Amino acid sequence: MRSVALTVNGTRHELELEPRELLVFVLRERLGLTGTNVGCDTSSCGACTVLVGGESVKACTMLGVQADGLEITTIEGLARNGELHPVQQAFHEEHALQCGFCTPGMVLSAVSLIEAGEATDEEAIRLGLEGNLCRCTGYHNIVRAVASAAGVSV
Amino acid sequence: MAVAESTETFVGSPVKRKEDASLLRGTGSFVDNLTLPGTVFMAVVRSPYPHARITSVSLDAARKAEGVIAAFSGADLAGDWAGSMPCAWPVTEDIKMPPHFPLTSDVARYQGDGVAVVVAESRALAKDAAELVEVGYEPLDAIADVEKALEDGAPLVHEDVGTNECYVWKLETDDFQAALDAADVVVTRRYFQPRLIPNAMEPRGVLAQPGPTGDMTVWSSTQVPHVLRFTMQLVLGIPESKMRVIAPDVGGGFGSKVEVYAEEYLAVALAKRLGRPVKWTEERAEGYQATIHGRDVVHELTFAATKDGTITAVKSEALCAMGSYLQLVTPGIPLLGAWIYSGPYAIPNYSVTFTGVFTHTTPTDAYRGAGRPEATYVLERTMDALAAELGIDRVELRRKNFVQEFPYTMASGLTIDSGDYDASLDRLLELLDLPAIQAEQAERRERGDVKQLGVGFSTYNEMCGLAPSRILGAIRYAVGGWDSATIRFQPLGSVQVVTGTSPHGQGHETSWAQIVADELGVDIEDVEVLHGDTAVSQLGMDTYGSRSLTVGGIALWHAGQKIIEKAQAIVAHQLEVSEADLEFSNGAFTVKGSPDRSMGIKDVAFQAHAAHDLPDGMEPGLEATAVFDPPNFSWPAGAHAAVVEVDTETGDTRLVRYVAVDDVGSPVNPMIIDGQVHGGITQGIAAALYEEGAYDEDANLMTTTMTTYLVPSAAEVPSFETDRTRTEADNPLGVKGVGETGTIAAAPAVVNAVVDALSHLGVTDIQMPATPERVWNAIQEVRT
Repeated sequence: MRSVALTVNGTRHELELEPRELLVFVLRERLGLTGTNVGCDTSSCGACTVLVGGESVKACTMLGVQADGLEITTIEGLARNGELHPVQQAFHEEHALQCGFCTPGMVLSAVSLIEAGEATDEEAIRLGLEGNLCRCTGYHNIVRAVASAAGVSV
Repeated sequence: MAVAESTETFVGSPVKRKEDASLLRGTGSFVDNLTLPGTVFMAVVRSPYPHARITSVSLDAARKAEGVIAAFSGADLAGDWAGSMPCAWPVTEDIKMPPHFPLTSDVARYQGDGVAVVVAESRALAKDAAELVEVGYEPLDAIADVEKALEDGAPLVHEDVGTNECYVWKLETDDFQAALDAADVVVTRRYFQPRLIPNAMEPRGVLAQPGPTGDMTVWSSTQVPHVLRFTMQLVLGIPESKMRVIAPDVGGGFGSKVEVYAEEYLAVALAKRLGRPVKWTEERAEGYQATIHGRDVVHELTFAATKDGTITAVKSEALCAMGSYLQLVTPGIPLLGAWIYSGPYAIPNYSVTFTGVFTHTTPTDAYRGAGRPEATYVLERTMDALAAELGIDRVELRRKNFVQEFPYTMASGLTIDSGDYDASLDRLLELLDLPAIQAEQAERRERGDVKQLGVGFSTYNEMCGLAPSRILGAIRYAVGGWDSATIRFQPLGSVQVVTGTSPHGQGHETSWAQIVADELGVDIEDVEVLHGDTAVSQLGMDTYGSRSLTVGGIALWHAGQKIIEKAQAIVAHQLEVSEADLEFSNGAFTVKGSPDRSMGIKDVAFQAHAAHDLPDGMEPGLEATAVFDPPNFSWPAGAHAAVVEVDTETGDTRLVRYVAVDDVGSPVNPMIIDGQVHGGITQGIAAALYEEGAYDEDANLMTTTMTTYLVPSAAEVPSFETDRTRTEADNPLGVKGVGETGTIAAAPAVVNAVVDALSHLGVTDIQMPATPERVWNAIQEVRT
């Protein structure tokens, strides 16, 4: 066991973690933040994407102990005062989710992409979301939602 | 009723989804999010061999490991099963149906076949202990190829069955052979459709909680909670009356969750034994082996035609992989396409044969489209081959053979209620601007560009909306195809809708509310749709086969009519007029000719519950249930085109455009329809260009993760150009199914486009998926 302190959605947590615990299971099982989903074992699908220090990271590629001292934002921490984040709102407006399982990771990847100034046109958005798989939407409406939130036309 | 498409109604409008609020905030209720006090975790030990005799299972080390509560072999649990895991579709009288238990105890028959199970205090400890289980295996020869599996001396999947041939099913019209013999032209083509691994983004999961009276509650990531309840009685002897099955938020299914799996039976059996909640969550790599696959069919398709391009007969012979065991509807999947090997064309003579074949592979079953993509693919590929053979334009050949008059009874015997196939094709051609594409194609060919352009077509129809129960009975399906809906007014006017459908992304909470809000004239916010819990929704046949709207949605409409009927009797009684003197619109009953004498339906709901002044003998309350058994299948259709760019040096194919025009009847929520079409098309494109579940010669699965099995990302697909034409289906809402249309139509359009891009080089065929390797090889073959 190792002592770890991490800040998730603005709240500081001090935890005793097994070194082998993946960040995603720390979030889901230790902190009860089940909005971050696990979709694969190979860092392929992006369902578990969270923001670590503002950058999108697949939470299955990182050990919990590696998050010591870091600030993490999960999907539960994105809305402000009950108001959806503009990317969440755009996903709703553009029907960019169906089953909703990839959605938390997809939204956080999009937030990171937009904040990095990289959601500049359709091609950039498609390439920027390459690490997040969706099986329902065919990405058409996801691309529209991200473009809308980024203020670019596609 | 107010069901016409207009801005005044909810039906026909792109109403934003009720489902989104929780899913966007990360507060969805997926099974793995739920853990009950005392929950223990299950891990399954699986055979690494495709075929092996099990000589021993040693659980001692696992049982002693940290946190382990119990461990069992197949033999240990043999007495727990009241029966084999059922297959609900014995398609012929003499079909071979070998027993299938949640754990095997004698022979492992595919890589991933469960041989033991471990239960521990945490997910990680269960997995640690599972690795300590020592299984003695005596490896045996194995086979994954359907053709080789039928050869003499092939290793048998089920030795006591004596053959790998599961069944032969045939449908042929009387004069078929004469028509074939008399044809001017006969074209035969052979196709291999690879295995597809469904890859719902949410892996499967189950949580079983034993109750105090022998009752059991099961949360499962399933499309079929009602079917699950039913099969638990067959396999575990738990009466349906003591089973409650909850399908909470379900993260996609695409057919792979129209199934009751070994792990669901195991979790319930162990919960029963241990008296504690038992939970299992699939890992993705585990799912690649243990969740059903789709397709894996070898076809030979023949068209007979006159010189002028009138198709006179179609013949299909297919070898269809069953895998190692029959899951819920494994043998029936080919039959879901069996009646549409004539597609949207008027082909008078018909012969279809399916041979089901056991191989040492993961069982196959329903994957989006189930049977219809198989049929449509070989049909639409062969249309292009016939056009080339006859020297007739491929679009005109399709048009020439279209069914023109509806209702139309096909040679296969089923009747298409409605359609206008020319209208979809006309609209497609308008959107596509084919002359411009062909001009650019000609220029690139002239210049000898490295990147060549191709355009491919697919005009399709499909049968969905499963299904008329009598027809299902006639084709040996074990259960019915009806569905149910209940509409329940609460005393103060809010409305609960209980549906027998079980959505997992399709947006029924929104679309069903649209239907009820219009029909009963209430606000959509007052309508709450409940689903996916057998304690709430007692009667249901769940969601698959594009059936929910055309069966469950129509049941809902009928329930609404019953509500109106009862409400009208109450109003007539209280206003002292005859029922015939009342009219109902916008949620109010009004006396004809006296607009000031009226009563709103919410007031009626209160009166119905107060029951102070109801007609003699009327029961209080305002609630109605309708069970609807459709008289026919649903018949969506359309015309799709793909434009591709093929790099002739690398074999890499990129989609440039994809245009789809579909007739799905009257739209309830056009936004949701478009979403279904986009997703469906993408799965068809995936099959055409990327995805292939590959086994080696010894039946080892080679594609075991998302790194080797290529689910497309946003970077692999273009934006889609979609539109609709519309013919009303023969039902009260005029609606048709939509969930599978894109997948059915897209694969042949894309592969036809790839072949078209290279046709000037002499390429006439490329098999799916058209990977860079296959395309490059096809080019090299014609160059040498």
